[in-house]
Amino acid sequence: MSRYDLFTTDVLIVGAGLAGERAAIEAASQGLQVMMLSLVPPRRSHSSAAQGGMQASLGNSAMGKGDNPDIHFADTVKGSDWGCDQDVARLFAETAPIAVRQMAAWGVPWNRVVAGSRMYDGQEIHEDPEKEGLITARNFGGTAKWRTCYTADGTGHTILYTMDSMVIKLGITVHDRTEALSLIHDGTTCSGVVARCLRTGQLRVYTARSTVIATGGYGRLYGASTNAIINEGNGMFIAMDTGVVPLGNMEAVQFHPTGIVPSWILITEGARGDGGYLLDKNHYRFMPDYEPKKKELASRDVVSRRIMQHIRQGYGVESPYGAHVWLDIRHLGAKHINTNLREIANISRNFTGIDPVHDLIPVRPTQHYSMGGIRTNIDGMAYGLKGLFALGEAACWDMHGFNRLGGNSLAETVVAGMIIGDKIAKYTKEASLEVSSNLVDDHVGDQRNRIQTLLSRGKAGENVYELRRQMEQVLSENVGIFRTEEALQQAVNSLHELHQRAGYVGLRGGGQGADPELSSALRIRGMLKLAYCIAAGALARKESRGSHYREDYPKRDDVNWLKRTLAYWPVEANQPTLQYEDVKITELPPGDRGYGEASIPSKR
Amino acid sequence: MNSRQLTFRIFRYNPETPEQQPTMQNYVIEEEPGMTLFIALNRIRETLDPTLKFDFVCRAGICGSCGMLINGTPTLACRTLTKNLPENITLMPLPVFQLLGDLSVDTGTWFRDMSIRTESWVHTDEEFDPQAPEVRMDNETALSIYEAERCIECGCCIGGCATANIKPDFIGAAGVNRVARFMLDPRDQRSDQEYFDVVGSEDGIFGCIGLMACDDNCPVGIPLQGQLAYVRKKMASAGWKRK
Repeated sequence: MSRYDLFTTDVLIVGAGLAGERAAIEAASQGLQVMMLSLVPPRRSHSSAAQGGMQASLGNSAMGKGDNPDIHFADTVKGSDWGCDQDVARLFAETAPIAVRQMAAWGVPWNRVVAGSRMYDGQEIHEDPEKEGLITARNFGGTAKWRTCYTADGTGHTILYTMDSMVIKLGITVHDRTEALSLIHDGTTCSGVVARCLRTGQLRVYTARSTVIATGGYGRLYGASTNAIINEGNGMFIAMDTGVVPLGNMEAVQFHPTGIVPSWILITEGARGDGGYLLDKNHYRFMPDYEPKKKELASRDVVSRRIMQHIRQGYGVESPYGAHVWLDIRHLGAKHINTNLREIANISRNFTGIDPVHDLIPVRPTQHYSMGGIRTNIDGMAYGLKGLFALGEAACWDMHGFNRLGGNSLAETVVAGMIIGDKIAKYTKEASLEVSSNLVDDHVGDQRNRIQTLLSRGKAGENVYELRRQMEQVLSENVGIFRTEEALQQAVNSLHELHQRAGYVGLRGGGQGADPELSSALRIRGMLKLAYCIAAGALARKESRGSHYREDYPKRDDVNWLKRTLAYWPVEANQPTLQYEDVKITELPPGDRGYGEASIPSKR
Repeated sequence: MNSRQLTFRIFRYNPETPEQQPTMQNYVIEEEPGMTLFIALNRIRETLDPTLKFDFVCRAGICGSCGMLINGTPTLACRTLTKNLPENITLMPLPVFQLLGDLSVDTGTWFRDMSIRTESWVHTDEEFDPQAPEVRMDNETALSIYEAERCIECGCCIGGCATANIKPDFIGAAGVNRVARFMLDPRDQRSDQEYFDVVGSEDGIFGCIGLMACDDNCPVGIPLQGQLAYVRKKMASAGWKRK
């Protein structure tokens, strides 16, 4: 019998970024005891890195006039290329304005409407004096109205700090530097997690009436990603490890048009939203040729493809890190750049030594976001296990379908936190915690055995860092923006082999306590499962939809593929099993997005 | 041009094994174009010593995880380029904070404690009405709040502060700046006397002896000298009026 510290609570939330914290606040406000686990102190979560803003149809800014949830809904559905759940998108669009105003009441210093005139891309804009002091919005891709509320380009930071201030005010317990290793379950109900303390390496058990996964995305599966290094998909793979919880649409991977070369740090869409241009090697503004209506501000999947298409035609700027294009914001002026785009100005100066007031910024499409994740119903309840919820980027709720609009992820975290937090509270009040000590001991024993095996293999085993590099390479080269049968098949074959090898990892260091190599070794197999699901889902989906672009099947196929992929990984299996469910269409039948390859013929 | 051999001299200590004395350990790696300390330290861990502990999260200068002493100066490792450093680079953990191992320190616990002590949330009696439009705010006011809100809690101002190094309960520039952020915010209904209760002490604003290393060291460029002066003036005045 193994010894471990045991914690019991009503609601256990794994992940203390925006989605997890908002749900925690909702549940705690309803009188429930809430505990949060986080890899890092909550304010270091990747939510803090979101720059550009949060979409909500307040309609205060001149260019947002007449906006309402109907238009936000339609933009979201078109952005998703009709892959989203329309009931969820509707609920989201209706709630977003309330979420933004509530965050204002709690302390977010949203930028406000300033009356007067200014120029934007050759057009004069008059802000209404009647709206002075209300929350303003900037332009973002794929939207009919200016709808993205912001605080300069540190929106995620200010929302997260405000959210965490409420968590502190409410006295919610957070165990930071704690990593969930597995879900405790009996095949029908989830009762908590086995976790490892990243200070001491000790195993701990957390039991709860409801368990919530809000661990964000898996960007770090790719070698080049804008994501923080903690975004390794932990919550997704511990859910998948149960064998009964499916991941939805894992092949839907967003590439952001403007990762800075070569550190792949994000340059916000706000840079283009505020009037920035994309230029090629001849300093020619090429986007209007491809997308006459939306120019630089088509949806992210489209702009990323157009950039790569232009580079393929020989117009990219050669560099030791591959060809790239330029982002030009010089014409916005020093004052605007140093206030509203200050963080990206700092990033440009610190990481590439260029000053965007005077210089062009080297950018290339870079892995950015996972539309896929733990499949849940509209209440946030995971498929397959009672008492398990998921929300935020870790979940496939599914309001993004095959492409998320910029500004809709911050909005999702807060809105889903409000709505699903309430559902979690309601569920938890009715639920009881019945977990046998044998079941808990079995789950702890499994984790202890894994650790023991990694230690005992030592240097004779596979090198975790080597496996990781190979996985990153396979995904980056074969499961990127443009996809083909051949490359995807190759990816599946390679990932199959890597997944097998991941079963034989050994440690080169001592693996004592909170050893960082041991932490990586405990994750690698789960990460490879996610990578496998992405590649297998992409290989199976013989159509192009949103970010999933098959060169051999370049058209969207609503007859055969208006479906959501559900990837299961049966216990002990060597590969995922793919199933499908229909996508629910309620208000807006599939049609023309108004941008992208299927829409207006471009000049090129 | 031949690339340089960089010699990193790194502090090693694991509090879990106190019988092993702290040491400085040398690692030599080859410099690459555009190399940051994020890249260099991961290279060391992956190729030379898998046990080396350090903290990075965003690696973009946004999250505040990687403060450390780089050749004696407290700053963010992720955005420090090796080309701006000499061939010999000494890395030490930030002082003041509890050491978790090697270069990893527990800034998270320190900052949460500071937030609790300064009651870092908007104090208001207003109930949120989901149906009502938002309360208006002047954009300049929003920008001035954001200026203080930009603190990323990296702890560089604390690690480099003489007072914080000798007085464990001193809230430091980060704490004072945090109070300034709420003082500037019209949504927070606290009076100056209530602020005096949380910050009008020797562990608060009056503990600052004005050396201003914090202002030099802040990696995100918050004008800490101004924020300290603003809070000190307000609190000195509140102190006079105190009964």
